[in-house]
Amino acid sequence: MTKLFVILMSLAVSAGPWAAEAADPKLKVGILHLGSVTDGGYNQAHAEGIAVMKKNLPEVEVIQVENVPEGADAERVMENMINRGAQMIIAASFGYLEPTMRVAQKYPNVKFFHPGGYKRTPNMTTYWASTPEAFYLMGMAAGKTTKTNKIGYVVALPISFFLANINAFELGARSVNPKAETRVVFTGTFLDPGKEATAANALLEQGCDVLGVIVDSPITVVQTAEKRGAYSVGFHYIGVSKFAPKGWVTGVAFTWGNLYTRFAREVMDGKFKSEDILGGLADDFLTLAPFGAAVPKDAATLVEAKKQDFIARKAHPFQGPLNDNRGAERVKAGETFPLTDLRKMDWLVEGVVGQPR
Amino acid sequence: MITAAIRSLLSGAVMSGTPLLYATLAELLSERAGVVNLGLEGVMLVGAVVGFVATVHTGSAAVGLVAAGLAGGLFNLVFAFVVIGRRANQLAAGLTLMFCGVGLSALIGARYVGSQIAGLPELRVPILADLPIVGPALFTHDALAYAAGPVAVLVWWVLFRTRWGLVVRAVGENPVAAFAAGKNPHAVQYQVLFLAGVLGGLAGAHLSLAVARTWAEWMTAGRGFIAVALVIFSRWHPLRAVAGALLFGGAISLQLQMQALGVPLSPFLLDMLPYLLSLAVLAVSSGRARHAVPGSLGRVFQGTQ
Repeated sequence: MTKLFVILMSLAVSAGPWAAEAADPKLKVGILHLGSVTDGGYNQAHAEGIAVMKKNLPEVEVIQVENVPEGADAERVMENMINRGAQMIIAASFGYLEPTMRVAQKYPNVKFFHPGGYKRTPNMTTYWASTPEAFYLMGMAAGKTTKTNKIGYVVALPISFFLANINAFELGARSVNPKAETRVVFTGTFLDPGKEATAANALLEQGCDVLGVIVDSPITVVQTAEKRGAYSVGFHYIGVSKFAPKGWVTGVAFTWGNLYTRFAREVMDGKFKSEDILGGLADDFLTLAPFGAAVPKDAATLVEAKKQDFIARKAHPFQGPLNDNRGAERVKAGETFPLTDLRKMDWLVEGVVGQPR
Repeated sequence: MITAAIRSLLSGAVMSGTPLLYATLAELLSERAGVVNLGLEGVMLVGAVVGFVATVHTGSAAVGLVAAGLAGGLFNLVFAFVVIGRRANQLAAGLTLMFCGVGLSALIGARYVGSQIAGLPELRVPILADLPIVGPALFTHDALAYAAGPVAVLVWWVLFRTRWGLVVRAVGENPVAAFAAGKNPHAVQYQVLFLAGVLGGLAGAHLSLAVARTWAEWMTAGRGFIAVALVIFSRWHPLRAVAGALLFGGAISLQLQMQALGVPLSPFLLDMLPYLLSLAVLAVSSGRARHAVPGSLGRVFQGTQ
């Protein structure tokens, strides 16, 4: 209800009479964000992608609405955008899947784009960046940086995609530092900075000297690590490194700019087709943030070499044999865990201290 | 490893307990004057965002604290006007105030998500901070955390040892009798609700300026409601509120600490721990005959006609 108020306010402001004065743009793109576009995290990464698209294609007009709740409110915001002439809609949160499906069926001439969705309509494309390779590389950098051989992770919930990221991270860390262990604390929520700070402190007290984070905004955990003289790895958005001038290691960030430019071009040229796109490091959907001063020199060389192997498909983040942290064999020697099956990963790999459920 | 866990547990209990204690004292004060305030969550959020914004602009967390306290107090006066001046139902007005605070704070804070502040400085108490285990755990905190205990004692002293406190309690028990004794119940309730708002604003500011040092929409995450429960738990006594806030803060800290230690229990189960613990304490302690609920809690004083 309160978010709706914010939405109505922002719509009222942007839908004023002055908005109509600009010359007819070639394409109007509407984008919905779940949170704020300055969160230093997930939402800001999408907003930066849109900014890159706008720079590449100045003839495109953007209608951007923040803080849209997942549900009926999202449908209303999308319909409002369409009424104002949007021919392309990016619903930039996983929870917008159902609302987007419903609106897409109602407006077959408008093109829809949804990150992470597992179903589509003929006028809707789903896209996502596969993160395990990047987490593996981040784990290598962290494994080389840690002095206590303990890395802590503050994670919202034990869902399969996050477990996969942590597993890849630990495997990367262990590939360069056999003693490296990753300790995980689940906060049970995507947004409770007070709890995130307490969790970060608990991990630091257990001797972790590098902290990572998978919640909405990485700011609190990165700041807490910096305050206690520890290192940190980021996620979602590169700009978060400003909160850790001393302890920054690296981070994985989404770079949606080129993909959004491609989507807008295809819609303008009438070449849209409904697809399910899964990209990664090779497709530039993801990038590894520049290394901080704390990272040893040789780490950069190792990480770069591995990155090229991933891109050339000469390496795989989940290469067997792999045991889970309760001792059961999960991936046989010579086999790999397919990246398209991450939804089924419900275990934590050997070397991770934590409970997957 | 175990000493580290104990140190971290204590320090986490203080860190999580501090905003809870300020919020609990805020609710306790208003309930002692007969007013239930379910809008405390909104008051905390307004305090959190105003404190953060003021700190971003002035660079001083002290200014931020003053601004947060004032903003909380003024925002709570809106509630006071509705329930005292307009005699509205307290529960409905409180819930409305809560949603209003969530929206208002989101609106004010929208531009400040991702802003950077130094926050409330950590003050090391000389000598005491060097004690083993308890030293670093209890004597390296921010000023608000140190002040929380003394503030609870102050609230107790004011309520039970001053004339004004006696009037406050009289208004909460029986406003008609207080009126007959020549006191103005409405004036007293306005005063109390302003003070409660100040405490609620400080509770929010501790989260945004000391614990997280960031602003995020609805960052109180339900602490305002936990405080309402903690008031009942502490049977309307400020000193028992200290125990309640520390116990609940400690339980939050304990479950995170157990995960960091690698205790083989489900994170879902551990997340329930603070609530299970509260339930257990309530079940054990509630059956007493002597009840401490203020006699006129939630009732509206209609005057003497």
